Amino acid sequence: METVETFFQWLRQSYGIKITIGYDAWDRAQFLAGLWTTVKLSVLSIIFSLIVGVIGAFAQGSKYLILRAPIGIFVTFFRNTPPLVQLYFFFFALGSVLRVTTETGGSAPMVSAFSWAVISLSLFAGALNTEIFRSGIEAVPKSTLEASESLGFTRFQTYLYVVLPLALRISLPSLGTNLVNLVKTTSLAYAIAVPELLYAAAQIWSEQLNVREMMTVLLLTYILLVAVLVWILGRWEKALRIPGYGV
Amino acid sequence: MAMTDVKWTADQPIVSLKDVRKSYGSVPVLNGISLDIMKGEVICIIGPSGSGKSTLIRCINALNDIQGGSILVEGLEVHDPKLDKLALRKKVGMVFQQYNLFPHKTALQNVMMAPVKVLKENPAEVEKRARELIRKVRLEGKENSYPGELSGGQQQRVAIARSLAMRPDIMLFDEVTAALDPETVKEVLVTIKDLAAEGMTCILVTHEMGFAREVADHIYFTDKGVIVEHGPPAGFFANPTDPRTRQFLSQVL
Repeated sequence: METVETFFQWLRQSYGIKITIGYDAWDRAQFLAGLWTTVKLSVLSIIFSLIVGVIGAFAQGSKYLILRAPIGIFVTFFRNTPPLVQLYFFFFALGSVLRVTTETGGSAPMVSAFSWAVISLSLFAGALNTEIFRSGIEAVPKSTLEASESLGFTRFQTYLYVVLPLALRISLPSLGTNLVNLVKTTSLAYAIAVPELLYAAAQIWSEQLNVREMMTVLLLTYILLVAVLVWILGRWEKALRIPGYGV
Repeated sequence: MAMTDVKWTADQPIVSLKDVRKSYGSVPVLNGISLDIMKGEVICIIGPSGSGKSTLIRCINALNDIQGGSILVEGLEVHDPKLDKLALRKKVGMVFQQYNLFPHKTALQNVMMAPVKVLKENPAEVEKRARELIRKVRLEGKENSYPGELSGGQQQRVAIARSLAMRPDIMLFDEVTAALDPETVKEVLVTIKDLAAEGMTCILVTHEMGFAREVADHIYFTDKGVIVEHGPPAGFFANPTDPRTRQFLSQVL
């Protein structure tokens, strides 16, 4: 640790490059906290967006209009509006309504900024996942479903054991693209003061006046984050590969 | 119509079709088909393409609905809206032209899946039975292969084993050799012949005339949604009476 700090100190003294998170414990703690918040935002949003996508795609394939119609509206709404506007809508419009009275008689938000970010991002990516899964589901041959029907599987069992595993494999490439986008979109949470990576970096550069350095660090950190996700997705794709099967 | 509670006994037809009518939109496909099949019988349905053979066989296990008439399977009224579909599917197994195996499951898993998930049977017992069935269709050693790693004929035999794992009383074969290479057709036909010899009730839609002659107890010739002619294979192939049958047989034999 000491050599690392010495290196960054030397960098500052010799060349004036101020990567403060390299030698300033306070800045480093702030930055790592931001990184951790971004990771939590990403992981939670990925999980919930996948759940939203699976349920949405199942409902979209329903023969009941009462299930299909709300999903259609939901997908249209979240696909055709900017994610930043969605986030603002949740935080400022809904957030200002959903408030509780505190013990001291004051008013406090019921849902934290972090939770609003997770909700908003999950629904945004979930709407796209719904479409991605739907196209995957439609690519599963109807004849395979007839076979499972003739073996006595119910529609739900067929969905669970046959459609979903195949649709997932078909959807994986586009799903990966969307999840990578989701990780990058977590930076929007900055706008509602969630102390994620961009927020932490901005705090640091406004104090230390090292915008150039922190911008570079920030970009490299996102590249690293996305690289980890891409690696995990690649492993997943490999694990799901079926010998002798096209996708 | 409410005949679902009728008790079926083995001296009655196991499958009984009465004046079955079906159309796709305004296009009539089945124009009043009646036939009775007794337990243990093997029947082949032949006829030109578009004559409604596949539709007919699919109606028997309710993959297609009908607009008129009735289909009884062991006393179950197949197209009664109150029918317990699972009760029907336990009695009737079906094999398709395109095999339709689950591509993400191994041969063994394909065979095991329905008894375990649908019938909720003990997986260890099902596995024992599944391995026996795979041996029976002569695919020993291929238990852990995925469908994509098997030839068409091998996949089709896995599909037969998968159907048999549900212990059906009746097997439906819908042009099961039509998509196969000529050299693999035989291995599938041998498997079906074994089944027939064991007394399984089989309904086959087929273009394999030689096989139909050899294995069937009764041949039905359909054209334009009606049964034109039927009879035991010997007489049917030697002395067809209807000009349409004669024309068809002269084209395929």
